[in-house]
Amino acid sequence: MDVSEFLKMGGYAEYVWSAYGLTALVLLLNWSAARRREAQEQASARRRTGAD
Amino acid sequence: MWLWFHKLASPPHAYRLLGKMAPWFGWPALAMMLLATWWGLVKAPADYQQGDAFRILYVHAPSAWMSMFIYVVMAVAAAVGLIWRIKLAHAAAAAAAPIGASFTFLALATGSIWGKPMWGTWWVWDARLTSELILLFLYLGYMALRSSFDDPQRADRASAVLAIVGVINVPIIHYSVEWWTTLHQPASVTKLDKPSIAMEMLYPLFIMIVGFQLYFGWAISRRLRGEILRRERNASWLKEGG
Repeated sequence: MDVSEFLKMGGYAEYVWSAYGLTALVLLLNWSAARRREAQEQASARRRTGAD
Repeated sequence: MWLWFHKLASPPHAYRLLGKMAPWFGWPALAMMLLATWWGLVKAPADYQQGDAFRILYVHAPSAWMSMFIYVVMAVAAAVGLIWRIKLAHAAAAAAAPIGASFTFLALATGSIWGKPMWGTWWVWDARLTSELILLFLYLGYMALRSSFDDPQRADRASAVLAIVGVINVPIIHYSVEWWTTLHQPASVTKLDKPSIAMEMLYPLFIMIVGFQLYFGWAISRRLRGEILRRERNASWLKEGG
C-alpha cells in the first residue's frame, strides 16, 4: 500500500483526518477527566476519613 | 430478588463492583475502536459517489447514535431515581451527562466536517442538525441545572424533570429526516429489509458502535464511582477502607 496515497485520502485528507483526530481527542479528554475526577474524590475521601 | 436489588444499589457494593467492571469495558473498547478505525480507513473500499470522504461515517454515525442512546439511558435513570427514590439512579444519570454531551459534540462537529466537502456548507438550519444541536443544549442545561443547587437531593429532582421532558427530542432527531425536507441523508443501515450500504462497508460501522458502547460502559463506571464518593462523603463504609 502506498502510504502517501493513503494519507491523501483521495483529496479529502483535511476532512477525514480532522474528523478522526477530533474524535480521538474528545474521547481521550473524556478518559482523563473521568480518571482525574475519580482520583480527586478518592483523595478527598481519604483526607476526611483519615484512612489510607 | 429485592434483597439482591438493594444490595446492588447500595453505594459501597456498587462502588466496588464498578471498579471491578471498568477494565472489562475499557480494554475491549480500545481494541474494538482501533480495529474499526483500521478497517474503516484502510480496508473498506472508497464510496463510488463520495470517495474517501465517506469514511467520516465511521466516527460520525456511531457518535450520533451514542448521543441519543446515552440521553435515553440518562432519562430512564433519572425517572427511576425520581419514582423509586434511588439515589444511585440519580448518580448514574449525572455520570452519563458529560459523556453524552461529548458524543453529541462529536456528532455535530464530525457532521460539520463531512458537510463541508459534500454539501458545500458547514452548517444548515434544517431539522436534523437543529434537533441534534438542541440535544447538546439539553445535556449542557442538565449539567448547569445540577451544579446550580447546593443540596444534592434538590439538584437530583429538578434535573431529573428536565432530563425526562427532554427525551421527547430523541424521536424528533430520529424521524427528522423523514418528517422534514433536509440535506441530511436518510437512514441507510436501519432499513432491515434492504440496507442501502454494502456489507463490507458495514462491518467497521458495527464494530465502532460496539467500541463506543464499551467506552461508554467504561466512562460511566469511572464517573459513577467519583459521583458515589462525592455523595457518600460522610458515610461510615468509607472509614472501613472500602
